[in-house]
Amino acid sequence: MSGVVSALSRLGLWGRGAVIAMPFLWLLLFFLVPFLIVFGISFSESIVAQPPYAPLVGWLTDEESGTTKLQILLNLTNYLRLTGDDLYILAYLNSVKIALVTTLLCLAIGYPMAYAIAKADPARRGPLMMLVILPFWTSFLIRIYAWIGILKSNGVISNLLEWTGITSGPVEILYSDWAVYIGMTYCYLPFMVLPLYSTLEKMDPTLLEAAADLGCRPLKAFLTVTLPLSLPGIIAGSLLVFIPAVGEFVTPELLGGPDTLMIGRVLWNEFFANRDWPVASGVAIALLLVLVVPIMIFQYVQGREAEER
Amino acid sequence: MKRIGFLSWALWFGYAFLYVPIVLLITYSFNESRLVTVWGGFSTKWYGELLNNEALLAATALSLRVAAVSATLSVILGTCAGMAMSRFGRFRGRTLFGGMITAPLVMPEVITGLSLLLLFVAMEQLIGWPDGRGVTTITIAHTTFTLSYVAVVIQSRLAGMDGSLEEAAMDLGARPAKVFFVITLPIIAPALVAGWLLAFTLSLDDVVVASFVSGPGSTTLPMVIFSSVKFGISPQINALATLMVLVVATGIFVASVVMARQDRQRKRDEQMAIQGG
Repeated sequence: MSGVVSALSRLGLWGRGAVIAMPFLWLLLFFLVPFLIVFGISFSESIVAQPPYAPLVGWLTDEESGTTKLQILLNLTNYLRLTGDDLYILAYLNSVKIALVTTLLCLAIGYPMAYAIAKADPARRGPLMMLVILPFWTSFLIRIYAWIGILKSNGVISNLLEWTGITSGPVEILYSDWAVYIGMTYCYLPFMVLPLYSTLEKMDPTLLEAAADLGCRPLKAFLTVTLPLSLPGIIAGSLLVFIPAVGEFVTPELLGGPDTLMIGRVLWNEFFANRDWPVASGVAIALLLVLVVPIMIFQYVQGREAEER
Repeated sequence: MKRIGFLSWALWFGYAFLYVPIVLLITYSFNESRLVTVWGGFSTKWYGELLNNEALLAATALSLRVAAVSATLSVILGTCAGMAMSRFGRFRGRTLFGGMITAPLVMPEVITGLSLLLLFVAMEQLIGWPDGRGVTTITIAHTTFTLSYVAVVIQSRLAGMDGSLEEAAMDLGARPAKVFFVITLPIIAPALVAGWLLAFTLSLDDVVVASFVSGPGSTTLPMVIFSSVKFGISPQINALATLMVLVVATGIFVASVVMARQDRQRKRDEQMAIQGG
């Protein structure tokens, strides 16, 4: 009997190990290792071959002595190109700028929404939040596409402005930075509202009552009580918008003009149009370097939130 | 009073911002005219054309298959990950594990796509697998980035669940595996459904990662939409979008009704159990 029990407990232990190991190994192989490969290939040289990059590690045979040596070739030209060419630097700065504006716009629209929903009748909060999340379930591509019809010359806004007489001819907002701001704000808005709502909903309403009783004006109470207490939500929401927005590709490609430079587009073009895999890898590594601090803050905030629960 | 006014305005503005584009999109799918934004009368002809577009139908079938398989895989792996993070306490590599679960949530798609492609190419050179790129590589890629979302959903459900039920079963001598299948799994079932639907939707929506890791002959629906949108807008895409919105809305509606009913049932059962005991 005791043999059976110990066998089962061993099985239990094994089961526990397997539960951890399956997702762990999957993520290790398909998430972490790929980054190391990208890092490696960013030091490689672009060649005309299949795959189009030179191997980093090779065996060098010395003809005279007959010994073989391990040869590792590290090529820094990709990084020199990234720092030497204005195109890449401009693309980086512009990506950060567009992501920042998007984050601020999401915050400006999302904060009042989250606040209003958190203050609504408890029975209505669920459906109201559902309405915020619902567009997220419909295709991202389709939602971007919807804006093309609205923003283009002779599109909905253009026709509306002409009809009301504000402008005399068709207006084109499409293919500009503004179109990208609108499209990205539209797509990322739910990511901002969700964490904001969850912090605002948890807030104790008696704190505001106490502030009011002590003669604090609503605006001041908001600035000194609500805003600081909702800071974790603001940080989480901003990071959820900012980090993916920096590397965004689809929105600037479809709504932006040819001069709307973003690093995601540069990476895409290096890879698909120029077939220069090593430079594309270098761009990816540089993009990760920009994002590593925000991602670590995000990890920290997520981890702390998980521990609080 | 004035502040409440501002808030409801903000709320209405937000909802209008979210929904007006979708409503316009649907409206123009019934437009007779080929010029999408010029109204030429009511027509359903674009839906008919949609059904004759073979390339589109093939891509839809492929996307649905990839989405179903990758969502199932990521629910299995995501549930394991969620259990490990919220029930197993400290174990070696927990910090790295947690990092690998949260990082894909915010990782720009171009990086995920490029890095997975380079991995597949390197693996093919080393061990000869995967042989070329296609459905298998897209499925693996989608499982990888949707797995994190599922893990987060499961983890938050497990955190909100009463742990004493599992402890009671354990005290009564149930083995961990039995506790999981008899107690934990039925309770977190709604989260599993939500996680599966989320993974399915994310997979069905992805154009960037799929473009990197797909091969000739494996074009997904978003890839078809993306390339045709790049050439301008067409009423056929509007019709397709309307169908997609309709399917999603129905799915969400059914899922939420079923979940609400199950939730009520569960609360009733709990009440009965308390009264019975």
